[in-house]
Formats: sequence, structure tokens, C-alpha cells
Amino acid sequence: MKTLVSINNLSRVFDVSRPWLNRLIERGSKEYLHAVSDVSLNIPAQSIYALVGESGSGKSTIGKIVVGLLEPSNGSVEIGGVDLARETDKATVARTRADIQMIFQDPYASLNPRWRVSDIVTEPVRARGGDISGLAERLLEQVGLSGEDAGKYPHEFSGGQRQRICIARALAAGPKLIVCDEPTSALDVSVQAQVLNLMSDLQEELGLTYLLISHDLTIVRHMADRVGVLYLGRLIEEAPCDDLFDNPRHPYTKMLLDAAPKLDGFGREVEPPKGEIPDPINPPSGCAFHPRCPLAIDRCKQESPQMQQIASSRVACFRAG
Amino acid sequence: MVEPVLSVRNLQVEIPLRKSLLRPVDNVSFDIAPGEILGVVGESGAGKSMTGNAIIGLLDRPAHICGGEVWLRGQRIDNLPPEAMRRIRGKGIGMVFQDPLTSLNPLLPIGAQLRETISEHLPVSNDEAAARAIAALEEVGIPGAARRVDAYPHEFSGGMRQRVVIALALCAEPGLVIADEPTTALDVSVQAQIIVLLKRLCRERGTAIMLVTHDMGVIAETADRVAVMYAGRLVELGPVREVLSAPCHPYTIGLMASTPLASQNRKRLNQIPGAMPRLDALPPGCAFQPRCTSAREVCGQGVGPDLTAGDGRAACWFTQAVSA
Repeated sequence: MKTLVSINNLSRVFDVSRPWLNRLIERGSKEYLHAVSDVSLNIPAQSIYALVGESGSGKSTIGKIVVGLLEPSNGSVEIGGVDLARETDKATVARTRADIQMIFQDPYASLNPRWRVSDIVTEPVRARGGDISGLAERLLEQVGLSGEDAGKYPHEFSGGQRQRICIARALAAGPKLIVCDEPTSALDVSVQAQVLNLMSDLQEELGLTYLLISHDLTIVRHMADRVGVLYLGRLIEEAPCDDLFDNPRHPYTKMLLDAAPKLDGFGREVEPPKGEIPDPINPPSGCAFHPRCPLAIDRCKQESPQMQQIASSRVACFRAG
Repeated sequence: MVEPVLSVRNLQVEIPLRKSLLRPVDNVSFDIAPGEILGVVGESGAGKSMTGNAIIGLLDRPAHICGGEVWLRGQRIDNLPPEAMRRIRGKGIGMVFQDPLTSLNPLLPIGAQLRETISEHLPVSNDEAAARAIAALEEVGIPGAARRVDAYPHEFSGGMRQRVVIALALCAEPGLVIADEPTTALDVSVQAQIIVLLKRLCRERGTAIMLVTHDMGVIAETADRVAVMYAGRLVELGPVREVLSAPCHPYTIGLMASTPLASQNRKRLNQIPGAMPRLDALPPGCAFQPRCTSAREVCGQGVGPDLTAGDGRAACWFTQAVSA
């Protein structure tokens, strides 16, 4: 299958130092937060790739770098063979940018309350000087709203309807890739089902590629073709969806799957996971998961494991087999 | 039959507005036995938090209880004066809120907050209160409790803060704890730790828990019985295994079918058409009737059904027909 997005050795470092005067007085040094370290992955065209991880694992940072809201500190992101951070030909940059759209987590915060829905939805096309006659109505009908809604304001809609408006806006420019950052975590279960069904339908109809960012494993299992698991900014396991859920290889993935509440787990007594996510400013040496890992050996404390291919999975663990 | 810790009978809460009267909780009745965990689920706006706040007497004005009764261990508490109610909060009923950072005072060490609660409610000396505060922190699994008792809330991580809040809710030894979305703000691995902790404390002390959440998975693993709420009304109440695996009420059936299952990849989700009605535009009769696929003429008439309509299990006129 053709690769649409190719992420190579991507890293992003944030400077979280105190102001220089404080550093001078307190004799502190500069501090850096490694939000994303050395992540490489490929997303095939017309598939759904899910990134999962707990808070602080760097999944949203990767999403923002892919759409160009943040610049990589190191490494590159190529979309259809074009690296937006380095490409100099303006026409190529504009064409590639039009292929990428994003859906955000909070549908209440991502729509301008003073704009009419028709203006919100057609903005991506208007910004490039395209033709917008009848576009708003067509897009709204495509996402299951009515064409008459085009003249209304965002406050007249419920959370699920707003997320549909966000999806309509993302579709306006005819993108190939949509980055969905926690698209349903602000929605209730019955509304979430409506939005997830809509996303699957649109993907099949229009041949879209999704980068789905979520902490909810049940949604990922439901939607994704391929899943990448992040821990403290590193990709620690990547596998086709079924393989990952049926046969997790990294101890962290195993822990995450065990800890997630199950609908049929009546009275289930789980052994709770040990410890918490470490401080990303001073991460543990070697493999970042070793202080919580039941399989850790001395080598894990000293060396950081590289990705290795095992069957259909890629795993960064010395003890995986 | 053991005497229930908490008995709620026909509870009604109303919010008078300039133009209308909203009823966010309507005719809700349930019991919680000692040591039992009752899960309360529903979508946002279903009235689950409002029910919890009404029981503990923390409704924000102008919302107030306008009907029904709340009994705590044989004492009626819904009509108590504020001062008497203040003494019940903490000693009779403990409370755990969703956001652990906003439920702790950022200016006081956690030890001071625990000691204050203990000496307020229990007849103990200051030394004894201090010893109990450390014991309470040890019990909820905070490492180095004696050392960290003088630390401030911001020095703890989210999961540890929620443990402190649980210690605070339990330190005056209440018979009932109302936990309002206690794990929603936490990561999956920390959520699992907190759930195990709540279950252990409940079992060891015989404390009853009213667990308010929107997460069906948490309910399945934690609760003994579950109450499902919709538009301010109780629509189904029963043992968790029965309600989740063989739901009776059309709303619960729809809710379960629209939850993605971990075992199924790419099956189309069932969706309930429409959204929950706004409180100022409730339909006549059963509140779920406009979205219900098996609704008939009687559903849109008169007062909607309560739990007695379906053998005490589901508030639906056609429970039998639906489950068959």
C-alpha cells in the first residue's frame, strides 16, 4: 500500500527553563522537556492509524507537528513525499497544506461563536480563494445536518452537532489526511457512536486517511487499522490493531490493556499497575518504563531499547519475544 | 433485610428561573445497603451529580429540594438546618469530587486538612488526630506518609491527590461515601489503582459508596447494583450483571449497544437517534419517548412511567415486550 505520511526520527524538545534571572539567583540550569523522542512510523494511504498513550506521552504533540502547528526539533514529517518544514517551492507547500486538516477535542472551543456556521465551514476554501457557492449546504448535509443550519450560530447546536460542524469544516478543502485529536472524548456515549459512525462512513466514501489520537482503548480497537503506543514521548510498540490487542508484546501495552475497565468485567479484581508516569523533565535512564516494569533487568536501566521487528509488530523492549 | 445506610424516596429537585421551572431530578427513589457500591450512570445533564449534591445538601441556589425524603441511617436529613447538615457532611457522608486539585485547599498542608476534619467530627486529642491523619494516608497507599503529611497539595501528582481526597472523605469514618466521577480526570493506569483502593476500603470498613460516573466499564467492574438516569429520572435500577448484560429499558439497551466493545473491531455501532431533551423542553409522558423505537401512543401521555411500571426494574410501560 502507498504511504501517505512518513515520520522519520521525529523529536520535539520544549525549553521549560525558569527565567534567566531566577536561574542566576537560584543557580539552576536550563531544563528541557522531551515531548517526542525519535519517533518513526509510516501511515499508509486510506487507513486509520491510532496513537494511544496516557497524558504526557506526546501523542498530541505528534499530531500538531503533522499538521504543521508545531515545528519538529529534529527529524522530519513527509506528507505525500513533501516535507513541509523544509520545502521551498510555495506552490507545493500550498498544495500539500490543503491535503491536511484537523479535528480538535473540544467542539465548544474550536468554533468561533461570532461566526455563522456557513462561514466557519467554508473558511478553508475561502482562505485559498476557492468557489464557495452552495458548499456550506452540501457539506452540512454530508455530515448529517440540514442545509438550513448554515445560517445559524454555533451556540444553537449540541456538542455532537458541533463536532459534526468541525468535521464538515475539515472536509471543505477536500483533504487526504485528517488528524483527529480525541474527537469524541468530550461527547456522551450515544452521541459518540453517531460521530464514530459518521467518521467511518466518510472514510470509506472519500478514501480519507485518519491519524486518530486517543486515550480510549475501546475506540481505538473499534476504529483503527494500525496502532502505535507511546510512553513518555517514545514509540514503544506498533502493530496491526488486532495483533496489538490480542497479543501485546511490550510490558507497558500489556499493563495498559489490563488496566482498562472492561464492560463484561463484573467484579474483576485486577492487580493494579505499579507507580505513575515519571517526570518527563528528568526521565529514568535507559528504558523509561523500567521502574514500573515487572520484567526489567539490569540492561533496561542502562540502555534505551531500539525498535525491533517481531512478526507483524515493532517493539522497543529487550524482553519482548 | 439489613437496614439501608441511605434511603432516597421520591426525591425532586427544582430550579426556579424567571420564565420557567426546571426539574433536574424528578421522582428518584433508591436504597444503598451497608458495604454496597451503587453505580449511578447517565449522560451529561441526566441529573446524576445533582442527585448526589442534593443528598449531601450542597445544591447551589436557586436549586433546592422540593419534594421527597432522604434518610441516613434512620434519620431524615433533607430538611435539617444548615448547621446540623454541616455536621453530617464528613461524619455521616463523605464526598469525593472529580477534580482532586480543586477539592483540596492549596494553602494548607494536607495533614492540617485531615486533622481539621478528624478533630471536628471525632472526640479525639490533637496528638491522636495527628496520628490518625498519618494512618489515614497510609491506608490509601501514600508512600512515606509520616514524611509527606506536611506537604502541600501541589507537591502531589494527580493520582496521589485523589488518594488524599479519599483519605479526607474517609477519615471521620462515614457510613456512606458519594464519589462523583472520582476517576474521570485520571489516566487509565491510575484509574485502575484508585478503583482497587475504593473497593478495598469499602470491603474492609463496610462503607457504602454511591459511585457517580458516565463510564460503563468502571461501573461493570466496581458496582454491585446500578441505577441508570435519563433527563432527571431513574429509568432502570438493578444488579449490575443483569442491567449491563440484559438491559430492560429501551434507553439502557440503546446505551449498551452504542458502547464500542473491546472484542469487536469495525462493527457498525448502534446509535440512538437525536439527543437528550433540554430540561426546559421535556416531552410529555416518558422523557425518552421521542427517541424510543418501541414507543406507542400511551408513552406520550400523562405522567411518565416510574420503576413500578416494570416490576421495580425499569421505568417503561413495555418492559416485557422490549426484553422479549
